[in-house]
Amino acid sequence: MTYARALRCRRCGREYPLEAFSICDFCFGPVEVVYDYEAIAANMTKDTVVAAPWTMWRYKDLLPVGDKVIDIGSTVTPLVKADNLGRRLGLKDLYVKNDCVNPTNSFKDRVVAVAVSRALDFGFDTVACASTGNLANSVAAHAAKAGLKAFVFIPADLEQGKVVGTAIYGPNVVTVKGNYDEVNRLCSEIAENYNWGFVNINLRPYYSEGSKTLAYEVAEQLGWRAPAYAVVPAASGSLYTKIWKGLGELHKIGFIGNVGTRMFLAQAAGCSPIVDAYKSGSTQVRPVKPNTIAKSIAIGNPADGFYALKVIKESNGGAWAAPDPEIIDAIKLLAETEGIFAETAGGVVIACLKRLAEAGAIRDDGPTVAYITGNGLKTQEAVLGALTPPTLVEPSFNSFEAALNGKGRQG
Amino acid sequence: MAKHRVKFTFPQELISNPIIYNLGMRFKVVTNIRRADVSADRGWVELELEGKKEDIEKGLQWVNAQGVRVDPVGGDIVEG
Repeated sequence: MTYARALRCRRCGREYPLEAFSICDFCFGPVEVVYDYEAIAANMTKDTVVAAPWTMWRYKDLLPVGDKVIDIGSTVTPLVKADNLGRRLGLKDLYVKNDCVNPTNSFKDRVVAVAVSRALDFGFDTVACASTGNLANSVAAHAAKAGLKAFVFIPADLEQGKVVGTAIYGPNVVTVKGNYDEVNRLCSEIAENYNWGFVNINLRPYYSEGSKTLAYEVAEQLGWRAPAYAVVPAASGSLYTKIWKGLGELHKIGFIGNVGTRMFLAQAAGCSPIVDAYKSGSTQVRPVKPNTIAKSIAIGNPADGFYALKVIKESNGGAWAAPDPEIIDAIKLLAETEGIFAETAGGVVIACLKRLAEAGAIRDDGPTVAYITGNGLKTQEAVLGALTPPTLVEPSFNSFEAALNGKGRQG
Repeated sequence: MAKHRVKFTFPQELISNPIIYNLGMRFKVVTNIRRADVSADRGWVELELEGKKEDIEKGLQWVNAQGVRVDPVGGDIVEG
């Protein structure tokens, strides 16, 4: 049973049945899932949510899935009150939504869980994606659990270490001899010619809906209210727009009051096409060639850029881009203050949060939520050169004390 | 016959070149423009190409070699 009613073109408004495609035949605009909110409001209450298991599926009525879902053990992730970090940034009511702790260590488990569940409903025997990391890990893991074949396309020059987290689940890993753009074009062509469920191509309308659970969880964890400010990393812009959609839906079904959340979008300066468009006052996002350490969000031609710009405007939010050195400093700052080791996208969020707080764009007049979407163990190379080297000692007490220069002696 | 949907993004210096006309003529590809926004300093066009698969592929390689960015209409597919 699903309350999803149709797919609707976000550009021209045409409606289509709930099938596996992502682009409007008429105007080439992206399609998205629309729901019967009256029926949802009549059936879903806060009590039913609270009584449901502590997983993202407690919000299943607001997702485009049927009765059977693929679950690899995701739970509702922690919303950590970040007092130590808040003190450093001058924010008393700061929270970190820690999605590092998902089964494959990134928020992609949310979107892929929905896409692969839907792939089963559609009868696909194979799911696929093109990815340099997080998405590939999650697709391979969910396909394994679902008993589906998986194809994962990666650029041939990707470091071996990044392939392990995907290959372990037994998918067909295809390395493409070509640059990022060439991999893009090849996968687009393959998707048009094979009857597979490409999670972020023909299953994209369903896939992207999984991101809304990051809005639902935060609202519930804040005591059924929307945050005053949200800082969200942006690659395609989908996550950012879907968090906004999710908050709006909770208001629509009467779970929370008016949504006054000011949505801030964070990108790396080395790949910031949405921030660039925002700063220039344009509604058109111009593609760029990515050049940043924040590879997990380095999308030069973001599919949802236009819609992300609309959300910035609707929410009276903003956008910021962080240069690589600030991203590294921010990864360290989050780790040293809150004990959370984020990947580079998390560094982007904290670096932008810091700048936004300094600029007074984010103030101390309500809860601020920083979305941390991936685990730092995946991008250790980014911070290797920035860490204090270990202290080398001989295996003797004297050597240890000499190394500490007496500073550490207690009593 | 195969169909392929793509987005071309033109740099300023190529705005006035008849790239799409030449794509159709040289590679026997039917070009069906669906959306476009072209100004004096930049431009993009979303179009559907129809023809033999190998002609479309060669045509797109040629367009790319001219300096035009070629993307899937739905944005980048490779994700982190």
